[in-house]
Amino acid sequence: MERKGRGKTLRRILSGLAAYRGLIALMLVLAAVHAAASLYIPLLVGRGIDRMIGAGRVDFPGLYGILIRIAAAAACGGTAQWGLGVIGNRVAYGAVRDLRTQAFAKIQKLPLSYLDRHPVGEVTSRLIADADQFSEGLILGFSQLFSGAVTIAGTLLFMLRLSPAVTAVVVVLTPLSFVVAGFIARRTYAMFRAQTEARGAQTALIDEMVGSQKVVKAFSQEAEAQARFDAAGEKLRSASVSAIFFSSITNPSTRFVNAVTYAAVALFGALAVIRGAFSVGSLSTFLSYASQYMKPFNEISGVVTEMQSALACADRIFELLDEEEETPDAPGSLPDDAPGAVTVSGVDFGYVPGKTVLKDISLTAAPGERIAIVGPTGCGKTTLIQLLMRFYDPQAGEIRVDGQEVRSLTRRSLRSRFGMVLQDTWLPEGTVRQILCMGRPDASEEEMIAAARAAHAHSFIRRLPKGYDTVIREGGEGLSAGQRQLLCIARVMLTDPPMLILDEATSSIDTRTEVKVQQAFEELMKGRTSFIVAHRLSTIRGADQILVMKDGEILERGRHEELLARNGFYAQMHAAGYRPEEG
Amino acid sequence: MKELLPFLKPYRKETFLAPLFKLFEALLELLVPLVVADIIDRGIAGGDAAYVRTRCLLLVGIAAVGLVCAITAQYFSARAAVGFTTQMKSSLFAHLMGLSHAEIDRLGTGALITRMTSDANQIQTGLNLTLRLALRSPFVVFGAMVMAFVVDAKAALTFVAVIALLFLVVIAVSRLSVPLHAKVQAGLDQVTASTREDLAGVRVLRAFGMEDGEVRRFTEKSDALYGLQRAAGRVSAVTGPLTFVVLNLGVVWLLHTGGLRIDSGELTQGQMVALYNYMSQILVELVKLAGLIVSIARAIASAGRISAVFRVKSSIPTDAAENAAGNAAEEGTAPLDVVFDDVFFAYPDAGEDSLEGISFAAPAGSTVGIIGGTGSGKSTLAALIPRFYDTRSGAVRVGGRDVKDWDVSALRRSIGVVPQKAVLFAGTVRGNLLWGRKDASEEELWEALESAQAAEIIRGKEGGLDAPVEQGGRNFSGGQRQRLTIARALLRRPGILILDDSSSALDLQTDAALRRALRAFAGRTTTFIISQRTSSIRHADQILVLDDGRLAGCGTHEELLETCALYREIHLSQNGEEAAHGA
Repeated sequence: MERKGRGKTLRRILSGLAAYRGLIALMLVLAAVHAAASLYIPLLVGRGIDRMIGAGRVDFPGLYGILIRIAAAAACGGTAQWGLGVIGNRVAYGAVRDLRTQAFAKIQKLPLSYLDRHPVGEVTSRLIADADQFSEGLILGFSQLFSGAVTIAGTLLFMLRLSPAVTAVVVVLTPLSFVVAGFIARRTYAMFRAQTEARGAQTALIDEMVGSQKVVKAFSQEAEAQARFDAAGEKLRSASVSAIFFSSITNPSTRFVNAVTYAAVALFGALAVIRGAFSVGSLSTFLSYASQYMKPFNEISGVVTEMQSALACADRIFELLDEEEETPDAPGSLPDDAPGAVTVSGVDFGYVPGKTVLKDISLTAAPGERIAIVGPTGCGKTTLIQLLMRFYDPQAGEIRVDGQEVRSLTRRSLRSRFGMVLQDTWLPEGTVRQILCMGRPDASEEEMIAAARAAHAHSFIRRLPKGYDTVIREGGEGLSAGQRQLLCIARVMLTDPPMLILDEATSSIDTRTEVKVQQAFEELMKGRTSFIVAHRLSTIRGADQILVMKDGEILERGRHEELLARNGFYAQMHAAGYRPEEG
Repeated sequence: MKELLPFLKPYRKETFLAPLFKLFEALLELLVPLVVADIIDRGIAGGDAAYVRTRCLLLVGIAAVGLVCAITAQYFSARAAVGFTTQMKSSLFAHLMGLSHAEIDRLGTGALITRMTSDANQIQTGLNLTLRLALRSPFVVFGAMVMAFVVDAKAALTFVAVIALLFLVVIAVSRLSVPLHAKVQAGLDQVTASTREDLAGVRVLRAFGMEDGEVRRFTEKSDALYGLQRAAGRVSAVTGPLTFVVLNLGVVWLLHTGGLRIDSGELTQGQMVALYNYMSQILVELVKLAGLIVSIARAIASAGRISAVFRVKSSIPTDAAENAAGNAAEEGTAPLDVVFDDVFFAYPDAGEDSLEGISFAAPAGSTVGIIGGTGSGKSTLAALIPRFYDTRSGAVRVGGRDVKDWDVSALRRSIGVVPQKAVLFAGTVRGNLLWGRKDASEEELWEALESAQAAEIIRGKEGGLDAPVEQGGRNFSGGQRQRLTIARALLRRPGILILDDSSSALDLQTDAALRRALRAFAGRTTTFIISQRTSSIRHADQILVLDDGRLAGCGTHEELLETCALYREIHLSQNGEEAAHGA
């Protein structure tokens, strides 16, 4: 990271902490109280020792006065330290929670083009691992840097009062610590990089092998998988050992510098006592200060690497927060009883600039019409659907629903008018009930069951261990592809939308169930504008309009018989037993 | 936790040496106050500047030897911590690969991946800190106490009381905070799951306009995590202040008794300074330890989570040694017969049986078609043949032997499975195919590809057999993946071949060509074809019709059209009127 960028990140972290301004100010006060107490106590102890010079020469009344002050200082210091810890946690965890929630809300506003380009694992790691690392850094920062800085400043002040000459010795030797720490940090950077890379490779392997464990077992590849894993493990091991070992030299080295400083203080202090310029109690205090003063430097040298990685992590989250959002919604909305007339005129679209996926697409769907979209893999069927739902915006041309340009409507208003069943039957984690009522949380039990019955899902749901209250795991694990599909269909049935989008919706349901689902859909599609990425002959035959697509263009359009009679591309496909590959 | 101890065994030397060198270092540090006491009592009292100088040099010498000891300890501790984690991960990986489908279904892939990655890292950090720093603290603390006794036994009794009290504090705090940190880790799991789920289902969520609801759900989980972190933090935050207060009250008592003993001439001023220095050393050490407790508590919580996975025993153990050694005699060409004898099967935690009373016999070399509705148990039936699951009652016999009497690896090596979900692994096409049979020649690879109708795909790819495959086979279409997984299974020249709806993404011509090619295998292998389409299985020697886990019919295509109403219904729905006559 460049120095300039790092400064910017730091400023941004500070502005993120602005909400906790009051608490942070309080922390500074508490840190000062704690530091003052920890510094005052050795001073008091030194004075106490000076009051016990030898046998029969102990000033007890004076000593007890000092002891009471020590106890009071300890109580104040302890309380301040406790408050510091509690508030520090609150600010650090709170700030990270804010950042996480902000990032999550941001994801909801990111265009699909961003989310399609970035793997789930990568975005997740920004929200989880990076945010976690950042909070660790903040806590370390609060607990070490904060009180460290106050302690250093305070110690210097106290020492200067006792003896400027000996203080000078301490101050001169301090930078040595930083030189040593910096030297080691520079040398170990490459080792940390190697460790991160080896860990990334191993994580990918884990993700793959554990994720597809069933296939590994089917082919009895356990031994081979283990060998690959162990090879990756060995690489990570050797990288980690050097990174951890060499970086951990920092602490003993800086401590050595401290010990030398300590010896120097002892030397100069003792010689000063001999000259009569210093008391034994003061020397004791000074030695105690010398080690206290150095302590924060030790911790800081250890914390610096941690802080650097925390900054890098914060930067990755900020990067996500800075991504360009979807174009803001225009305020328009469709009336509740929108009839669902769709016109697409002259639409061009490409995911990547210069690579056109759709060329000059125009179509008109009257309310209640059934539009079947057919064509070979990669012809742009799915893309067209994405534009209708406004997951993407076209580069040229326009799409209107009931006469209104879709860009003049809120996305929510537009999407709520569409019922959608995609190829990929994603289900959220939750009970069957929650999944079915996603689109209509206010649906009654009867409505829900009626929808499930209509989608022929009721009978299998009833047989699940807890019926409608069975918890479906992430990704619908434990359900067959067909069952997931049925749940998706029931989910749409319940929302009762004026327009439908069915993307190969019935492809993985067995034909027997499909017949029934088709009947249900038939019922549902009545009076609703439906776009179907179709490959079942019966669906295609029943369509009011078939759009035959190839290479991003609509080649032919019309009803089944008309298209057959035309004896063009559609007729050819039909003769070959048309059934497109998935995806 | 005892599950994890064996992994430390190979590092016995390191786990012993690291703390030992730390002990040397601590001992050397403990000498420092004695030297300082000498400086005061002999050097200063006698006005001997030369003595002061040599003693200060001694301090530097002690620090230098300490530095060497510390670095040695760091080295051994890094090796032990990283080595331990590598071993543990390797074993955990082997353990996961050994679990049967039933356990994997129950534990969930996502949770297992977290155990392998983030939990393992926590343990590594915790162990390294423990070996390097945490073990040092008791040495220093008890060492300081022993040294205090050397200085003055009566005054040192204060140390005993203080240390006993602090011991109680540390124990109480760890007791309380370990379970709290386990909860934090579980809370983090939840936040992670929420993020992954949202990203995976982004299209559906947006279609249903659920962005706000998702943000609300995420905020709830994120807030819950924040609450857990603060609760854990509150407990940890007590350690430091409590230590501070207890130790300083100890100092007060020490000065009081010390004053009395100096007054009676039993103690010198220099010895008093030494005693106070020992108390300070304890303070410094324990403050450091308090900081570590969080990391150690986290590591212990993670170790508990990993141990729990280790305790899950596979219900179908595979002999790893046997697996690695291989059993060439069973690998290969002879077709095997398959018999189901009154088989009942239920998924773990499921309410009802998924298969009920299935009996049939498939002679060696015959072809069996399996057809039936969604969730009727087709894939489940096939999964019992390679013993991915165990039956609840009844027996599955392969080659005349109950599958439970087979060596599992040998059984699976003689079966080629093409799973419903076509999974490829990162690497090359060749690497993926060789999963079928390690020693396959170039000609055999191409032969398998030809049979699977995949040769054209590979010829068309740059690099041919060595063309790269991305994770999950993303750079191949669904149909291409299916054909490659078929080639992988064919390559093994299996005694039994199971095709689980493996041609669903193929167009009709390719599917027909594939079926023709597979027919050439007839007699060489016993083939099971699971399909939704009667056209794919009509030439089978025997067709099993499943309905809701029961066998609704069994016979050839012609027989079933006569006798099985369900089969006839499926056939008619797919092929329309003309098929009824053409059959």
